[in-house]
Amino acid sequence: MELSELWFLLIAILFIGFFFLEGFDFGVGMSTRLLARNQIERTVMVNTIGPFWDANEVWLLTGGGAIFAAFPNWYATMFSGYYLPLLAVLLCLIGRGVSFEFRRKVDNPRWTNTWDWVIFFGSLLPPFLIGVLFTSMLRGMPIQADMNMNASFTDFINIYSLWGGLTVTLLCFLHGLNFLALKTVGDIRQRAAALAKKVVLAVLGALVIFVVLSWGMTDIFKVRPVMESVLVVLIILAYVLAYFFINKKREGLAFTMSGLGLAFTVSAIFAGLFPRVMISSINKAFDLTVYNASSGLYSLKIMTIVALTILPFVLGYTIWSYYIFRKRVTDKEQLTY
Amino acid sequence: MDPVFLARFQFAATTIFHFFFVPLSIGLVFMVALMETLYVVKKKEIYKKMAKFWGHLFLINFAVGVVTGIIQEFQFGMNWSDYSRFVGDVFGAPLAIEALLAFFMESTFIGLWIFGWDRLMKKVHLACIWLVSFGTLLSGFWILMANSFMQVPVGFKINNGRAEMNDFLALITNGQLWVEFPHVITGALCTGAFFIAGVSAVNLLKKNHVEFYLKSMKIAIIIGLIGSIGTALSGHTQAQFLVKTQPMKMAAAEGIWKDTADPAPWSAFAIIDSYKKENKFEVNIPYAMSFLAYSKFEGGLKGMETLQKEYTVKYDSVVGEGTNYIPPVKTTYWSFRLMIGFGMGMILLSLMGAYLWKKGRLERSPIFLKFLLPAIAFPFLANTFGWLMTEVGRQPWTVFGLMTTADSISPNVSGGTILFSIIMYLLIFTILASVMIYLMVHEIKKGPESLHGIDSKVTTDPFNKVGA
Repeated sequence: MELSELWFLLIAILFIGFFFLEGFDFGVGMSTRLLARNQIERTVMVNTIGPFWDANEVWLLTGGGAIFAAFPNWYATMFSGYYLPLLAVLLCLIGRGVSFEFRRKVDNPRWTNTWDWVIFFGSLLPPFLIGVLFTSMLRGMPIQADMNMNASFTDFINIYSLWGGLTVTLLCFLHGLNFLALKTVGDIRQRAAALAKKVVLAVLGALVIFVVLSWGMTDIFKVRPVMESVLVVLIILAYVLAYFFINKKREGLAFTMSGLGLAFTVSAIFAGLFPRVMISSINKAFDLTVYNASSGLYSLKIMTIVALTILPFVLGYTIWSYYIFRKRVTDKEQLTY
Repeated sequence: MDPVFLARFQFAATTIFHFFFVPLSIGLVFMVALMETLYVVKKKEIYKKMAKFWGHLFLINFAVGVVTGIIQEFQFGMNWSDYSRFVGDVFGAPLAIEALLAFFMESTFIGLWIFGWDRLMKKVHLACIWLVSFGTLLSGFWILMANSFMQVPVGFKINNGRAEMNDFLALITNGQLWVEFPHVITGALCTGAFFIAGVSAVNLLKKNHVEFYLKSMKIAIIIGLIGSIGTALSGHTQAQFLVKTQPMKMAAAEGIWKDTADPAPWSAFAIIDSYKKENKFEVNIPYAMSFLAYSKFEGGLKGMETLQKEYTVKYDSVVGEGTNYIPPVKTTYWSFRLMIGFGMGMILLSLMGAYLWKKGRLERSPIFLKFLLPAIAFPFLANTFGWLMTEVGRQPWTVFGLMTTADSISPNVSGGTILFSIIMYLLIFTILASVMIYLMVHEIKKGPESLHGIDSKVTTDPFNKVGA
């Protein structure tokens, strides 16, 4: 395997990590309006992700940084081409991030309620927008010979990308509900599981339609027929099992399955792209690939050594922090710090 | 509208805004870690109270610093895609390493610190805040490595029209990094110290929690002394490095048009005419510039006109004929002076604080204490002017000697789009800044004792539609 291929894999892993982890805290953010009935419940929900959400978001930043370092042309084309959607993602993440910190700093329900709305939209829109971004990338964007992308509205927004965005949002919502069922007690736990049972059906429906659309509107099943078919089976299997485990009240396993479902979905997107990183809808020759978009060999070598040295530590203390905060969150304990 | 101007404006606005919070975070978390160390070692509750109270203010600030930082990572690709293509190979690596090494560390251990007071052993909890502090320093190190490459590019070769890394060690050992990093970090220590000193002073004047704020003030004075004197010393070495590596920036920062006499005087004040390329009025301090540049009282400096001729020979083949290599002189000149001025002010105040402390009169010196509140602004202003001088003084380059700012922007992004994003950023910055200042004042008014009552649970919820 060439180093540039390895880096494509590493970036895919970073995005899998991002969706597995930030996926549930996006979902918890959505649940603060779609499941919570009052401010106490919202606070409990926010507290379940309190120690984690910031580190989870770093997976996205690291993914972005890795794209910059390993594939400067991919980074340049994507970030300048997707200017407005990324601006929207940025504004959401900014608002969401400070809201977690601000929401309980003033003892006034109106204050908290305002920031809670920011948390809700800040958690709902980014997975949708990132979903739109990745699926539109899969379909191809108007990239010219000079690697620059000048896309019009319908390149960004069309049936396929909208459905992709919706699907990703649903996957995150389900993942968040499973996390809540796993991390809370009593009424919230029951209701989260009950809602998850319904959402998992919606997820399966959305995924089936998404697969059909991908069959018709992208070339991923022609480029990698075997791998994509296997991944589709795995995705569907994960969510069927998720349904099964939710019914059995095995919350840990249900959460694992919705996480695996997200992981396989991200894998399917990256596998469909490979060896391209950005598909040109104008001309195949203008595609950005892991070969023509990557950094030099030396840079990749250094980055590989650095990444493989640091990553075990990151995983180590991340797991440790989840272990420290393994207890379920209740409204009986301290609700703020 | 001109996209280059707009993209530059956006970069300046978002970076300056971001850098209001960053040094305060770096400085505050270091001092909070010190306070918690005192608590663990001396086992006195007051130090725990201090760590919690200042830690609280740190967290509000940290949140804004983190989220405004995300813009920076996206911005290079969004507004400066040609720059990113050209240098991503070298410049992207420190950014990615920063995320991997520092961001994960900061964000994970800050979560453990916030929620871990009752869950972790004292020493483990203490280790968490030190790791956050260490993470902020690492973050600074790697991002400044990227910036240092823009000032003094090293460790690369040009291949297929792109700068490709060929010596990672050269990037780490870049002389620019090792004069810039200490300067930024000591500046950050000042920022934390003067913040704590200012807030403590206000409370000492009102005789609120005198013991608490007096202890805080003393820590602030120690860190303020180390920070302000350290900033001056590291600034001095940085200036000397600058004379060698970017003489044009130094000449502009000094308003030197024609070669100076030997020994060179230092210009304390000048009315600069950038069109006629001359200074109408000057107040000079003899010998001082030679000392600043070479640490001895001899040696002259080249003026901008000479350097323009030299750069023309050297760089016109890179960027095209007729390029003006002289940066905006007035901005560079005055930024430099304002930075030094506020820096000197901080040294004076720190020394005065140390003197009053030694005399045992710290809490009974109303004039000194009154002065410390506006002095909170000093490090913020010094930081900002320092960066203005560094970045504006580098113009017309993004990467010195390799790529100009005009060639760096995204060719596929229109001025209108950038303008729209500027408006959005300014809007959100206004909200963030107002909320943050409001919250800081709110927390400070509540005082250190409030953190004991904060554990109380919410009992009524007016938004409860089901009925609690």
